[in-house]
Amino acid sequence: MIRVYTSSVIDAAAEAVWALIRDFNGLPKWHPGIAESRIEGNWPSDRVGCIRNFRLKDGGTIREQLLALSDFDLQCVYSILESPMGVENYVATLKLTPVTDGNRTFAEWSAEFDAPPSRERRLAEDIGQGVFQAGFNSLKTYFGQR
Amino acid sequence: MQRVTRSAIIDAPIERVWAVLRDFNSHDRWHPAVADSRIEGDESADQVGCVRNFHLRDGSHIREQLLTLSDDDYVSTYCILDATVPLRRYVATVTLKRITDGDRTFWHWQSTFDAPPGRERELVEMVGRNVYEAGFEGLRRYLRDGARARSPSTMMRTAADQMTTQAVVLREFGGSDRLSYQNLTVPPPGAKEVRVRQTAVGVNFIDIYIRRGEYRMVTPPAVLGMEAAGTVVDVGDDVHHLLPGDVAAYAYGVPGAYATLRTLPADQVVAVPRGVSDDTAAAILFKGLTAEYLLHRTHQVKAGEAVLVHAAAGGVGLLVCQWAKYLGARVIGTVSTDEKARVARDHGCDTPIVARDYRFAAAVKAATGGRGVDVVFDGLGTPAMEETYEALALTGHWIAYGHSAGPSSSLDPQRQAQKSLRLSRPVLFHYTSEPERLRAMAARVFDMIEQRKLRPYIGQRFTLAAAAAAHDALERRETIGSILLQA
Repeated sequence: MIRVYTSSVIDAAAEAVWALIRDFNGLPKWHPGIAESRIEGNWPSDRVGCIRNFRLKDGGTIREQLLALSDFDLQCVYSILESPMGVENYVATLKLTPVTDGNRTFAEWSAEFDAPPSRERRLAEDIGQGVFQAGFNSLKTYFGQR
Repeated sequence: MQRVTRSAIIDAPIERVWAVLRDFNSHDRWHPAVADSRIEGDESADQVGCVRNFHLRDGSHIREQLLTLSDDDYVSTYCILDATVPLRRYVATVTLKRITDGDRTFWHWQSTFDAPPGRERELVEMVGRNVYEAGFEGLRRYLRDGARARSPSTMMRTAADQMTTQAVVLREFGGSDRLSYQNLTVPPPGAKEVRVRQTAVGVNFIDIYIRRGEYRMVTPPAVLGMEAAGTVVDVGDDVHHLLPGDVAAYAYGVPGAYATLRTLPADQVVAVPRGVSDDTAAAILFKGLTAEYLLHRTHQVKAGEAVLVHAAAGGVGLLVCQWAKYLGARVIGTVSTDEKARVARDHGCDTPIVARDYRFAAAVKAATGGRGVDVVFDGLGTPAMEETYEALALTGHWIAYGHSAGPSSSLDPQRQAQKSLRLSRPVLFHYTSEPERLRAMAARVFDMIEQRKLRPYIGQRFTLAAAAAAHDALERRETIGSILLQA
């Protein structure tokens, strides 16, 4: 089991950041790596159990299922059902915490998964930096340009 | 019940913030509202159950008890026992979290309590603003001003002290008999410097090149040695990643490690994770950083590649074998004895070749179906040059990072072209010259150790005074794995 943890500070109120990221179908709006996304079976995108089916800009397709969504804790949990990344038992958590000093947002994005040992390091880097940090970077840009 | 929550970003690594906050008696040094504080009885300030007895500057008197303290989660909880302010059933929790983006710290401070009717708002405001927000600002100022959170063991000493070290000094270039053991003065750390009490010093072949005068990196009389580990004694201004009492290690491009105490630039020193002993850190840092850049930077070793590791049972060799194997390579190694072959095999070398006379090319070809290897990690040099050339596959990568057996390997461009070879002549200190890259490299090495993917092999230990004997053993090719001097 590998654990990847990435955290950052977004210069916007936690409610504003949460309003953007709580939409499980909203990745193309803010994540630079995602080309398009839809929710399978026409479910609402904040119903636990819904599956988002999205296409990466580099062509791969990923299916992820929403496992938990809390508007109280500003946190969502999801798992990967299918992906070209070669990971198993992948569960990720995206959580926001208000920073009272400066009205900013502390954002944490973590994942646990299994992978062949020879690929652990590479995957941890790709996910921690390529997916999570890249997402934080574009959130910073998104809110910097309001 | 009232609840107060405040949080802030502190522009310092979590280890540095936690080193201050985990000390339950530190608040009179950083919190502007606290006038004086002491721990009752003989308890230490990180013992769960200890009671801090303190006065605020407004005259209030408070006793608080530490309820939990977790160095793994960076959390502490405490409650008020008695206070001249009317906070009842007050329980507070301090939580730190790492901000990986920029190596800063998120500090979350929350409490619940009961207040007398009518005074709720006043007390909520008081705790939130005068205690928590003022505390954030106080700690920021404390860290910024270079104030030192001193552990009790270092509190008695003043930072301005000069201290005396025992050191191994090279009197003039030449044999190991030119080394002598003597006392020297070590200055206190200036800005951006740190002073380390060294417990373990690593011996590397580069020390011998320098001693012989082949690498003109010192002018005698001078202290040798590129790497050591120990405990931070004190830090100068503008040092943010180390604190007194931290276990730390370095592999630094300026010799001077053969000593019990040393002051050096802090950005060359890395904190050693708690899962790694100082012996291990000293035995592995220089060689581990070497393995890291060889396998990840000079050449990115890929699964399925055939690699040849010269001196596979040496300090660097054993690490390169383990790490290359972990990356999925097919590892072939050269060694000089059967005993070394056994140790190399035990550390990930699939095919050790015993070649005391440096005749190994035929065996390498046989082990690779006649093709040769994709990359060779050559720490031997010219005596092995012809055979190394033969052992490389077409388009192979020849990485000449050392020359323990003679002058460095060099390659005639004509012959290089005949096999489309790539030649690299890397030097560790070029890779570690940028502090950020050094820290990333060290983190990867320590991570490999903590995950048990990299096992240090300390073949021999000498006292610091016997450094000459350690050199002799290394030059006679008697040693296996790393050699340590114990200071």
